[in-house]
Amino acid sequence: MEYTTDLLNALVLLSNYVLIPALSYGSQLALGAVGVTLIFGILRFANFYHGEMMAFGTMCTIFITWWFQSMGFTAGFFPTALLALPLAILITMLLALATERSVFRFYRQRKSRPVIFVIASVGVMFMLNGIVRMLIGPDEILFRDGQKFLIKAGAFKKMTGLSEGLALKQTQVLTVILAVLAVLLLFWFLQRTRTGKAMRAFSDNEDLALLSGINPERVVMVTWVITAALATLAGVLYGLDKSFKPMVYFHLLLPIFAAAIVGGIGQPVGAIIGGYIVAFSEVTATYAFKKFLKYLLPSDMAPDGLIQFLGTDYKFAVSFLILVLVLLVRPTGILRGRVL
Amino acid sequence: MTLLLLAVGFGQSWNVMLAIFNLCLISAIMSMGLNMQWGYAGLFNAGVMASTAVGGLAAVLISYSPVGKAWDAGGTELGIAFAALVVTIVLGLLVWKRMRPGRARSLSLTAVVLVGYVFIRFFYEGASSSIEAVETAKTGFLGGLGLPVLFSWAAGGLAAAGLAWLVGRIALGLRSDYFAIATLGISEIMISVLKNEDWLTRGVKNVTGLARPVPYEVDLQQTEWFVSLVKWFHGSNLAESGAGSDALREVILLSSGVFVKLCYSALFLAVLLMILTLAMLALNSPWGRMLRAIRDNEVAAAALGKDVTNRHRQVFIIGSAVIGIAGAMLTTLDGQFTPGSYIPLRFTFLIWVMVVIGGSGNNLGSVIGAFITWFLWIEAEPAAFWLVGLVTSMLAETSPLRQHLLEVAPHMRMVLMGLILVLVLRFSPRGVLPEQAPERN
Amino acid sequence: MSYLIGERMTGGYGGADILKSCTISVDRGEIAVVVGPNGAGKSTAMRAMLGLLKPREGKVLLEGEDITKLSPQQRVHRGMAFVPQTHNVFVTLTVEENLEMGAYLRRDDISGTMEKVFELFPVLKDRRRQAAGELSGGQRQQVAVGRALMTLPSVLMLDEPTAGVSPIVMDELFERILEVKRTGIAVLMVEQNARQALSIADHGFVLVTGENRFTDTGEALLANAEVRRSFLGG
Repeated sequence: MEYTTDLLNALVLLSNYVLIPALSYGSQLALGAVGVTLIFGILRFANFYHGEMMAFGTMCTIFITWWFQSMGFTAGFFPTALLALPLAILITMLLALATERSVFRFYRQRKSRPVIFVIASVGVMFMLNGIVRMLIGPDEILFRDGQKFLIKAGAFKKMTGLSEGLALKQTQVLTVILAVLAVLLLFWFLQRTRTGKAMRAFSDNEDLALLSGINPERVVMVTWVITAALATLAGVLYGLDKSFKPMVYFHLLLPIFAAAIVGGIGQPVGAIIGGYIVAFSEVTATYAFKKFLKYLLPSDMAPDGLIQFLGTDYKFAVSFLILVLVLLVRPTGILRGRVL
Repeated sequence: MTLLLLAVGFGQSWNVMLAIFNLCLISAIMSMGLNMQWGYAGLFNAGVMASTAVGGLAAVLISYSPVGKAWDAGGTELGIAFAALVVTIVLGLLVWKRMRPGRARSLSLTAVVLVGYVFIRFFYEGASSSIEAVETAKTGFLGGLGLPVLFSWAAGGLAAAGLAWLVGRIALGLRSDYFAIATLGISEIMISVLKNEDWLTRGVKNVTGLARPVPYEVDLQQTEWFVSLVKWFHGSNLAESGAGSDALREVILLSSGVFVKLCYSALFLAVLLMILTLAMLALNSPWGRMLRAIRDNEVAAAALGKDVTNRHRQVFIIGSAVIGIAGAMLTTLDGQFTPGSYIPLRFTFLIWVMVVIGGSGNNLGSVIGAFITWFLWIEAEPAAFWLVGLVTSMLAETSPLRQHLLEVAPHMRMVLMGLILVLVLRFSPRGVLPEQAPERN
Repeated sequence: MSYLIGERMTGGYGGADILKSCTISVDRGEIAVVVGPNGAGKSTAMRAMLGLLKPREGKVLLEGEDITKLSPQQRVHRGMAFVPQTHNVFVTLTVEENLEMGAYLRRDDISGTMEKVFELFPVLKDRRRQAAGELSGGQRQQVAVGRALMTLPSVLMLDEPTAGVSPIVMDELFERILEVKRTGIAVLMVEQNARQALSIADHGFVLVTGENRFTDTGEALLANAEVRRSFLGG
């Protein structure tokens, strides 16, 4: 009887500190990774300014949220940011199209080497980074409002009588739900609409697509537009869940790239799986399992040390290790994208 | 370029000008290293920061005197941990190579790795905590070898080369953007390591008071011959102002700063010229010619049997070594090792702007690119302030817009740098000083 | 006047001329075959007619109209369809999606055309929801041809359609191509398997080093002793 309580406690502990955060973080990474993999697959280069696109989108959302709030226009239970999201997505789409037109189109018409696109995207990254920091400042911003917790740890403990509490934040639930919706929408678009199929065809075999009369300009534009939407959504969900710091999005580039590569370049499903793999690995590798094991093992075998695989500071090492492993062992990724 | 520098010298101060100049020199060396990798092997190395940091670390490890107590406390355990690491790697490799692919091999490998890990971890934890416990405020780390500083520059190069060899093993042969991501990842890891492994680097507590190859300003201010030199140099001015020892003291203060910086300049310039000459020589050697052949037509070269990946590896290692030397020099110049200051944007991507401006494959170009870029980077901040001040002079002192603009003015230089990168890449892809090679058909 | 003709085409890919005053033509409801040794410029000639290569001299006429200046996409709009030798299907798309992409330029209801393609290639109908990459070589060729037919073209150009397929599959493919011709489409084919190709050809062009060496009906070429000796193995 007592063991069942221990088991339940262990499960709750794991859910609270590993499962739920990883699910939430994984959804955010997945959204970012899908955007990156679309650009990789269709425009065929690693978009280094993706992180800053996320920052820009989130920044727009924050400004609009403040504006709404100043007018007394809120979403009550839900974060007001959700209302601001559509408008912010629109603005970010315009940004993406503007950079495509002014920076990347030149190289596309000349069929420049992919690395040139990367360098150009680094330049855009610089500029956007500076602009975001200039507009909203470099400090941390919390822009969540509405109900923070759906289930509070204390309330949970009272309800279940367990010693471990489970806290469920609204943003975590929102993240998963919105991510799922976005992904479903994307897949419907790619699998069922003419333009979506044309994009897949273009990614598959560019020359044949051109011969079939598919308009490359349109495909490129639609790709950027979708990516902008996904990036904004990912950035906002991340910012709502944790907080908004302009520099943090640059650091998210590595896990996002890792997720995209792990899942197979140009494979949106792969990017999603990759996002969760990276998130779960990061969280499990840096979690101290001491308490968890204490619940599961008999008391005389309880561990002394923290039983933590890597220090939390090495979070990024995890994504990188995964990346290296995949590149060495199976460069095409799980779903066999292009090796490029 | 020289004119601009002189302008700063006269306009702001000689000290500032020389500080900029010295950093220009260091940046120029870094830029040359990166340029070798990009211009001759087409490698987009997004991990410049790693080589720099490793170089800086070498400066610490070589020149700082060893902390005896720390060695006593954790030395042996660390040694065991290290030995265990070597054994695990060797065993792992043996298993991988000797056994046939299949279930048994994967299982054995996993077993080796797991057991090795537990073993290493146990000793490593013990060692690092004991070392860090030794006088945490002052030291708390192993210290270095206590050798003369100039050795550390060479050591910086070697360390960076070693890292590059390892990275090359993993990442070379990947397509260019994968390579960029891989190198970016490595530099992030490296910085994490430096920030956290206090037993080696003191982490974010920083290592200060590093030895230097030039005199200290404070010492200079006391020495006879220096004071007389200053008096002779500024004699007329001093006599005119006639304010006596106060003015003299101030002049001595400033001059000592200038003198020290000049010493550094001389050293750095020497290194720069040495590397430049070596690079030029190498390019004109058979090795260099082959490198250019590969760059100009990789497919043909490969068809002729030239080992392209090997050449790329060599270039990558050499380029990283050069960057490492610069990294060591930077740490020496700073007099301290601050892991927290290694920000990718400041290092990796700024150096990239330098290379792009200078034109790829052109050594002299990258030097000039470095000078221009660094100058702009440094001067952009005060210039932005000045600009903002001008623009908002119409607004009230306390207007929030004005406050905000003043606050964010420093970030304008990011936008400027990005804009320059994009514009130069687009309109002058061969850089400001294109390579003097004949146009290939 | 031939329906499609490339007259005295001369040119190459930027360096030396591969084609030297080469003329290829095909009429509606007819199969024209271009054969010749390796490096003779057969594929190049076809690419020139499609517009993937701009000839230095000479012109390409479709129904009497000069289309030399048009891009390949524009020529596709005019009713020319091309089946490349390699990478001629979208491997990650299903058979059905491949056909849909083939008809991308059409805005009308394509289900009728798709049914016709399935009639022509029944094995594709069974596999319509399978990814094209999973099909065998011969089946993939069928998808490739089907894809090209979806625009209801007036000219179908095939670049070595039987390259790398087994003899049985080759026979089957040629059967299908004959049926395509019977619907009134002009079929222009570059082929390595000269003997079999010429046996179904109404007209044949033998190219050697970019020049027309022999031009005649398929039968005549097969009967020609010199042609037999040089290219058909006696």
